[in-house]
Parts: sequence; structure tokens; C-alpha cells
Amino acid sequence: MFTIETGSGFWNPIVWIIAIIIAYLLIYIIRGFGKTHYKKGTEQVKSFLSGNPEYEKEKMQVKASNLYWGFTTSLKGLYAILKKMHTGNATDYVLWFVVILAIFLLIEVI
Amino acid sequence: MNIPEYTPALIVAIPLIGAFLTPLISRVHDKLRNIFVILVLVINASLVFLLAYDILKNGIQTYIFGARNLSYPIVRILFEVDAMSIFMAIISSIIVLVAVLYSWSFMKNNTGLDKYYTLILLLTAGILGMVMTGDMFNFFVFLEITSIASCALIAFWTSQAESVEAGFKYIVISAMGALFVLFAVAILYGQYDALNIAQLADVMQYTFLDKIALVLLIVALAMKAGLVPMHMWLPDSYGSAPSTISLVLVGATLASLYGVLRVVFTLYGNALSTIANFDVAVNVFIGWFIIALAILSIIVGVIMALIQTDFKRLIAFGAVAEIGYMFLGIGAGLAAAGTAYGNVALQGGIFHIFNDALDVGLLFLVAGAIYYATKERSLNSMGGLARNMKFTTVFFIIGLLAVAGMPPMNGFASKLLIYESTFQLNPILAIVAILCSILLLAMFVKVFYSAFMGPELPKFKKVKEVPKSMLFAMGILATIIVIFGLFPEIILNNIVQPAADALLGYSEYISQVVAGGI
Repeated sequence: MFTIETGSGFWNPIVWIIAIIIAYLLIYIIRGFGKTHYKKGTEQVKSFLSGNPEYEKEKMQVKASNLYWGFTTSLKGLYAILKKMHTGNATDYVLWFVVILAIFLLIEVI
Repeated sequence: MNIPEYTPALIVAIPLIGAFLTPLISRVHDKLRNIFVILVLVINASLVFLLAYDILKNGIQTYIFGARNLSYPIVRILFEVDAMSIFMAIISSIIVLVAVLYSWSFMKNNTGLDKYYTLILLLTAGILGMVMTGDMFNFFVFLEITSIASCALIAFWTSQAESVEAGFKYIVISAMGALFVLFAVAILYGQYDALNIAQLADVMQYTFLDKIALVLLIVALAMKAGLVPMHMWLPDSYGSAPSTISLVLVGATLASLYGVLRVVFTLYGNALSTIANFDVAVNVFIGWFIIALAILSIIVGVIMALIQTDFKRLIAFGAVAEIGYMFLGIGAGLAAAGTAYGNVALQGGIFHIFNDALDVGLLFLVAGAIYYATKERSLNSMGGLARNMKFTTVFFIIGLLAVAGMPPMNGFASKLLIYESTFQLNPILAIVAILCSILLLAMFVKVFYSAFMGPELPKFKKVKEVPKSMLFAMGILATIIVIFGLFPEIILNNIVQPAADALLGYSEYISQVVAGGI
């Protein structure tokens, strides 16, 4: 009921869930060894930003377009090509259809 | 249990009649209209499930419209419903019903809802017709019905210029695709004097003209399914339509994917083992062509999604990648036809069709819920929504894990089948697929962080959780996702495997009509 065979292996979600529960239990136990006492409302609970003052909460949010900056910057060349492809022009959409049609026709028919 | 022989006809007729009655009932009362539409779709879904039970127990079901006698002139259309057809019908029935339940609150402040519900029912009839018909010309007719209804629904928010533009682009692409489908149907009819799929498949010679028809059908339907590089209409359409329509459009897109499957595996089933150019069998040739486009779809879909800041466009690019995964499984199943891992790949591809509809559908509904609550679409303007929208956040997490193929969700089960089988075909395919799946997770983690996490923004202090009907609709999809994830074997053995067998056992589809004398 739970196991699927993939031909070269298997997948059983129940085994996975049991493994995850055990892992979480271990984490919980290890967490229990930590210090439980801290002073609320003191500097202990403040973020440490290399000694700089903490911004207001609203300004601390990293915006979506700034996430994965390193990844997108390193793939700048590829993104330039892909953005150029996505013109938003319906005639270009049709052109891509014709291009694929022509390629498939050439390979299949000739 | 025996069900009436006209059930396949009823499944298309009920939403069609419902569509024409909706504007009339709308004149009486808006709530009555909503109840009526839900009732129509519940009855229809029940019939689909009954028919599915019957087909899985007794085999292919046929229904003839028109002449039952084979004497000339034969004027008739045949519905031939096998396990693959009913598999697609189940998906469509569920997502349309969920979309309508969600619409109750989501669309309540809009005008012109009589037209909105009429078009949804027409679209439903079109999708169900496409997946159940056994006739090529009839397939084209339902494709057109689906396209026209989809176009009007994409442009439903006429006050937004981009919706109208997206609707225009969709109809241009659809008209172009449908025209080439019609051309291919004409080529086949001109050669064999037949339009019935089973009849055509029986006499298929794989001539020069047949090759042209095959290419036209595959490319036109692949474009309608959103395969790269013919996918560009998809982010525009999915991104600009109301979220409920984006969900239903997933069904329409998958119906085109079904068209590719039916054409390749059934219509050209006899010709698949023919040796084509470069001393390669046709199945290997077409399989690798599909695989190449599928890999391109996965890579382009994921990479483009990563830079999107519009929530719905991001999901739409994610959907392009997901379509790539389905085609990867199907292509691998075709290229390695006859091998054990080829069968596993095909099963994985088919299983992923269902999972994609559920996962991507749920994410579109979450995007709709956020838009409903905040009127924001840009991820740059969002933040901290988990504080006020707890249920929506949970549904998003379920959708995120499922679409990224994280265990124990449904997406993992189908992707695992695809990874392991494609690895045996060519390890590079599996590596690319796994890496892109990780990127897919990264992309939705970005959404989770920017929309739901972080400090509470002052402008969202008064934001409340969405109405119960919207939560209920999202809950249905989330529940099915979890159930499919926990009990993959039940789904695989009872609906996916029979669907894959129906595609591979095309001779049964043919003999039902030809040898059966229908």
C-alpha cells in the first residue's frame, strides 16, 4: 500500500516519516542540553550586526529581487539570452513555433 | 455495477447544457447560480468516477453519436474512453470543481459572473470532450471550444490591460496551433478517408504525408501544452488570468499534452517500431526529440522562474518546468519502449500529470489568496504574511514541497520514477532533472521567505485570512496531495498503471472499434 518499486529501488513514505521523526527526536534531545536561561529585554536577545545599530523591523526584510543575487549575477550571460528570447511579442511566439516545426520536419521527413 | 452506455456522452453534455442554463439562472439569483454550477460539476465528477470504475473493471467504453449502422453514408462521431482518457477526465473534473468552489468568494466582487461561470462550464465540456473523443476532427472541434473559452477567461479582468493582451496572445497561439491540427487531420482524411482514431491507426502506412501530419500534430499540441521554446504564451496567460482560471488552464494545457500522447502512442502506435531515418526506429526518434524539448523546458522554466518577482508569473515558469518533467518521462518511455525502465518512465510521466495539476494548481490558489487579501502580486511588496494568514501559509508549504519533489509529497513519488528510469536511459538526463528540481525548491523558498516570512509590514497589519470557501478549496487540493504522497502505490496501481497500459496496448483501442465492428 505504501511502497512503490522503481525498477532499481523502492520508495516508502512511512519509512521516511519514521526516520524523520527519529531525527527530530534526536535534535530535540540535543537541544535540551543547551542553556535554557536568558535575560529577556536585554542585549542578549538583540541581533548582532557587526556592532552596527539594528534597523527598524520593516527595513530588515530582504526583497525578493535581491535574493539569489550571486546566482543570477554569475549567470548574467545566460539571462541576457533568455530575456532576449522572451520578447512578449505574439509574432515572436509564432516564430518559435515555426522554427521548431521546421526543425522537426527536416529531421523527420528528409 | 453497470452504468448506462451513454455516460461518456452525459459527461460532456451536462457541463455544455449547464453552460447555456447558467445565464438564465443567474437572472434569478447569484447564489442560486453558484449552487447550480457547483451541482453541475459535482454530478459530472460523480459520473466521471463511475465511468472510471467501470472502465478499470470492464475495459474500454464507446459511445456512438449518429449512425450505428456501418452502411453508407456514415455520419457519426465516436467517443472511445480508455484508462488514459478517464485518467485525464478525473484530473479535469477535480480541478474545475475546486476552481468553482474557490471562485465563490474570490470572484464575488466581480461583475459579469454569469459569463464567467458559463465560460468555465464550456471550457470543462471542451477539455472533457478532447480527452474522451475517438475522432480526430471532433478532437479539433473540442480543442477550439477550449481555446475560445480559455481566451475569454484569461481576458476576464478587462480593466487590466495585460489581461486583455494575454488573452489576445493566447488566441493567436491557439488559432495557429488549431489550424495546423486541422491541416494534419485533413492530410489523414485525404489519405485514408477516415477520421476515427482507431480506424486511422489500423490502416496507418507511415507514408511521407503521414510523417508530415505527425510532425504538425506533435508540434502544434506541444505548443498548446507549453513546451519550450513555444511556451512564452503560458506565463503571460497564467500570470494575467484570475487564479481560478490559471488553475483551470492547467487542465486545458494537460488536455493538449494528452493529445500528444494519443497521437504518438495510439494513432501512430502501429508505426512506432518502423525504422525511420538514420536507421533509428520511429519511437526512438520521436522519443529523443521530446526528451530534448523536455530538458530545455525544465532548464529554461526553472532559470526564468528564479528571477521573477510577480508571484503568478513565477509559478507559471515553474509550471513550464513541470511540463518538462512530464514530457521527460513520456519521451523516455517512448525512446526506451519495450524495456522495463521505459515502462517506469512512462508511468512516472503520467503520474506527474496528476501531481502537476494538483501542486501547481494549489500554488495558483495560494497566489490568488494573497492577491485577495493584500491586492499585491509583486513579491517585492510582500512580507510577513504568515502572521495573519496561517492556513494559507500551511497550504503554500504543502504546495512548495510537492512541486519541488520533496518527500513525502506526491511530487517526489512521480519524480523518483522519472529520475531512476531516465538515469538508465542516460544518466545526464537524471542529473539535469534532479539539479533543476533543487533549483525549483530554491525558487519557492524565495517565495516563502519574501511573502510569508520576515517582520510584519505596517501595510499588512490589517490583513486577514481568506474566506472559508477559498480555504476549503485549497484544503481539498492539499489533502489529495498528502494522500497521493502517503499512498503512492494505490494511485500508481489503480489509475496510473492502467493509463500507461492503455497507451502501450494501443491494439486494444483499435480492435475495440475495428474488430468489434463498431
